[in-house]
Amino acid sequence: MVMSKPKITVAVSGLNNIDSPGPGIPVIRALKESTEFDVRIIGLSYETLEPGLYMHNLVDKSYSIPLPSSGMDSLLQRLEYIHSKEKLDVIIPNFDAELHSFIKLGSILKSTYNIATFMPDLETFESRHKSVLYEFGVQNEVKVPKAKMIYSTSEIQQVGLELGYPIVVKGKYYDASIAATPEQAVNYFHKIANKWGLPIILQEFVSGNEVNVTAIGDGEGNCIGAVPMRKLYITDKGKAWAGISLLDEELIKITKRVIANSKWRGGCELEFIKSQKGEYYLLEMNPRFPAWVYLAVGCGQNHPEALVKMALGQKVNPFPTYESGKLFVRYSFDQIVSLAEFEKISTLGEL
Amino acid sequence: MQLNKNIAVSENGFIFNPVSGDSFSTNPIGQEIINLMKEQKDRKEIVKILAEKYATDAAILEKDLADFFQMLLSYQLINGHE
Repeated sequence: MVMSKPKITVAVSGLNNIDSPGPGIPVIRALKESTEFDVRIIGLSYETLEPGLYMHNLVDKSYSIPLPSSGMDSLLQRLEYIHSKEKLDVIIPNFDAELHSFIKLGSILKSTYNIATFMPDLETFESRHKSVLYEFGVQNEVKVPKAKMIYSTSEIQQVGLELGYPIVVKGKYYDASIAATPEQAVNYFHKIANKWGLPIILQEFVSGNEVNVTAIGDGEGNCIGAVPMRKLYITDKGKAWAGISLLDEELIKITKRVIANSKWRGGCELEFIKSQKGEYYLLEMNPRFPAWVYLAVGCGQNHPEALVKMALGQKVNPFPTYESGKLFVRYSFDQIVSLAEFEKISTLGEL
Repeated sequence: MQLNKNIAVSENGFIFNPVSGDSFSTNPIGQEIINLMKEQKDRKEIVKILAEKYATDAAILEKDLADFFQMLLSYQLINGHE
């Protein structure tokens, strides 16, 4: 007898499958390939040209949601409306900038609407923020390049003397540039601050190879899964267009330690530099799955499925292995969209 | 000289280092040398086998092999221990 899989409805944001892609579509692909659930996907979008809105083979229905700057009340109101139509079981937010609101709303969503989420608490979420990453590294026994948070270009000279050049100039949420001189640092400060606001983070530059890990923790100190990857082809925005999974026991060991010490709950991406001496420096810990999380599925670890199971209160055992030497190669694809569809999402906020 | 742990070599001489993510192609002779290394043959044995098979001068072979090993070492495919 063939057992049918339980049907669940999962809302996913980050449908911006563009040249600097959000993780939404890879997360959805992973969920659609779940062996345990029959998943209906509700897309949550911020803009009418997010490509995922029009991927009807992956996204069953979409709704626009208010920008994080609109506040939590309007977000909750919108989610209440979406839930009344779709009966959501789980929400997976995928944007750094929206996570703060979703974490704060997590308990209300569960107690009032029985919508599950699986995210770190606010304290853990804030502890890995770029501005306090150095302290996070000390707490979690992982090397982190020294960094200073600044609010004005007048601080660049002093911090530059302390950290030396070249120096990395980073935005609060996104963007990073390497400045060779104080003048360049001032330029990047303005460029990034205009786009993402203040503060700006100045970070010590460590040379070496960048290696990243997509991982998931159960919130009790267990690392449920981790797959390391090296970028093979990088876009002008610094994003991986192709990458390969690595067999790196040391990196997995560090990842497990960070997840265990921080009791990380949910998906995350750890970005490291492996120095010439073979030492690992944590550059960033992103508090959600990366856009390349589907590589983990290809390597035998379906992290989004594991997250949904844990969100629904199921026990998940750590994945014992993964396959190294698997590549992902992205591609771009022109979707043809009718004006009627574009009109619908633009005017009604639903598609 | 030993191949590092987990280095994968295909039948076509495509080499993959799963730790660094680097991949390389080698010609049939390089592939043959790597296969001999996988059979735990040491440098002297490899020179002897190749010199007999290809009827070439052992001194030249020794030099070429040293260059090849240096390349493998720089790509972190072998360790430096004899």
